[in-house]
Amino acid sequence: MTATLTPRNAVVAALLVLLALLPVYAALTGNTFALSLFTRIVIFAIAAVSLNLVMGFGGMVSFGHAVYLGIGGYVVGILAKEGIGSGFVQWPLALVVSGVFALAVGALSLRTRGVYFIMITLAFAQMAFYVASGLERYGGDDGLTIYKRSTFAGALDLSNKTLFYYLCLVLLLAVIWLVRRLVDSRFGLVIQGVRSNERRMRAIGFSTFRYKLVCFVISGVLCGLAGVLLANHTDFVSPAIMQWTRSGDLIVMAVLGGMGTVMGPVIGAVTLLVLEEALSRVTEYWPIILGPLILLVVLYARGGIDGLLTRLNRG
Amino acid sequence: MAEPLLRIEGLAKHFGGVIASDDISLDVAAGELHAIIGPNGAGKTTLIGELAGEIAPDAGRVLFAGQDITRLATPRRSALGLARSFQITSLFPEFTALDNVALAVQAHAGHSFRFWAPARSAVELREPARAALARVGLAARADTVVSRLSHGEHRQLELAMSLATKPRLLLLDEPMAGLGPEESARMVKLLRELKQEVTILLIEHDMEAVFALADRITVLVYGRVIASGDPASIRANAEVRQAYLGEQEAVTHV
Repeated sequence: MTATLTPRNAVVAALLVLLALLPVYAALTGNTFALSLFTRIVIFAIAAVSLNLVMGFGGMVSFGHAVYLGIGGYVVGILAKEGIGSGFVQWPLALVVSGVFALAVGALSLRTRGVYFIMITLAFAQMAFYVASGLERYGGDDGLTIYKRSTFAGALDLSNKTLFYYLCLVLLLAVIWLVRRLVDSRFGLVIQGVRSNERRMRAIGFSTFRYKLVCFVISGVLCGLAGVLLANHTDFVSPAIMQWTRSGDLIVMAVLGGMGTVMGPVIGAVTLLVLEEALSRVTEYWPIILGPLILLVVLYARGGIDGLLTRLNRG
Repeated sequence: MAEPLLRIEGLAKHFGGVIASDDISLDVAAGELHAIIGPNGAGKTTLIGELAGEIAPDAGRVLFAGQDITRLATPRRSALGLARSFQITSLFPEFTALDNVALAVQAHAGHSFRFWAPARSAVELREPARAALARVGLAARADTVVSRLSHGEHRQLELAMSLATKPRLLLLDEPMAGLGPEESARMVKLLRELKQEVTILLIEHDMEAVFALADRITVLVYGRVIASGDPASIRANAEVRQAYLGEQEAVTHV
């Protein structure tokens, strides 16, 4: 892919520069809140990119993706509480559990489509939500404080907020790169073919179910990674992390930013969370402003903000 | 006589009270172009669905090259060499023509659990796809997004995708549907060339095309086979004339 300087690419480049330089700004101004906000944004961008792999490219609207944030977070939290603080154990285990959960959800839900698919993914997420609420030993409804962030044998000190931010950013870039390679690979074309016309895919010889399932698992694992980071960021995990409204937020990020590209959800995550933050300072009724804004983009900008920027170029 | 490539034995299917397939039996010999004609509602599309594996018959068997495929899933049939085109154009509209055909090639080039190398740079997919496009006369449109192609080009692309799977049997569901006279003529010419290479089961409304192309014709009325034979005998068959051709004649001579 050749990168030319279109307004859209300029915005994406500016965004990446902004993300890369943010800790410098935070250090110069002593604004630690900005660093914390953007750590959160970067983590949610990872989750939104992972959701968009199944939703935007695969056409599978998962309305329970926050559950993988929860699984990633709870694996870290529970292991920390049980005295296993090593990230070398916590992180791989969190990804494996996320993957296994996605495999189970996918195996059942991918046999259905449309509204049924949405409802089954939601139902699984709600189930996990109530299971987490019932874990008395791990805080139940109130959640679980994580007293020590994941350790990496002294190699990485995640309590260093700047370092943690850059770790999240590097992981976001890695996920973007990975998803980008994925969607242009043979596997990725199959996934997009299924979104476009599954019946035709079967007629030309693809057993589509297994490809959709693998795609769903990959997405779950990547979202689980976001959960691991989120728990480390907030030093806390509670059932609220996987509330269905959170799943909705992820969908809004992807739709707002643009589902057609890998970068779209990143733009969406930044836009949504920054707007949320800025508007909530102006008025406590900020959703009244944010709601119609989202509606406008969805109604009048097919392809989200990314699509809008791309069209600017064509005039 | 050698074993037929496709054998249909006593196929039956009803939807509620409507009998769509009524004890259909027919053979398609390797190398022939076998046409199925019949008035609207004769059960032609149901038959294609049963052969492609999208509709499960109530009774009867479908044998492909001697193998019972009656209950086989659609993708498995495709792997055996049974390709279909769709009456209502069924493509991947947001991809280019070349991407569409390359996907069909890819479906038959081993599994697609390949996550890293860019598929659009895979010569082993792109070259056969270009060849299939050239075969149907779409080489110049390879890089055009499908939603920008004309209807006639869509029909050609349908055919290219089916060809790209290297089929032993092509199931063509009304390939002339919606084509103008010139495009139809081109399609007939193309099918005449293709029948040298691959066995074809053609479902078509365009009688002129059917009689120009078919080695054998089977006539379906209300889900039942009322006649089967070479074009001359079908043309002469009184029952067929009454059920179908007369009506068509009346329409074409307006």
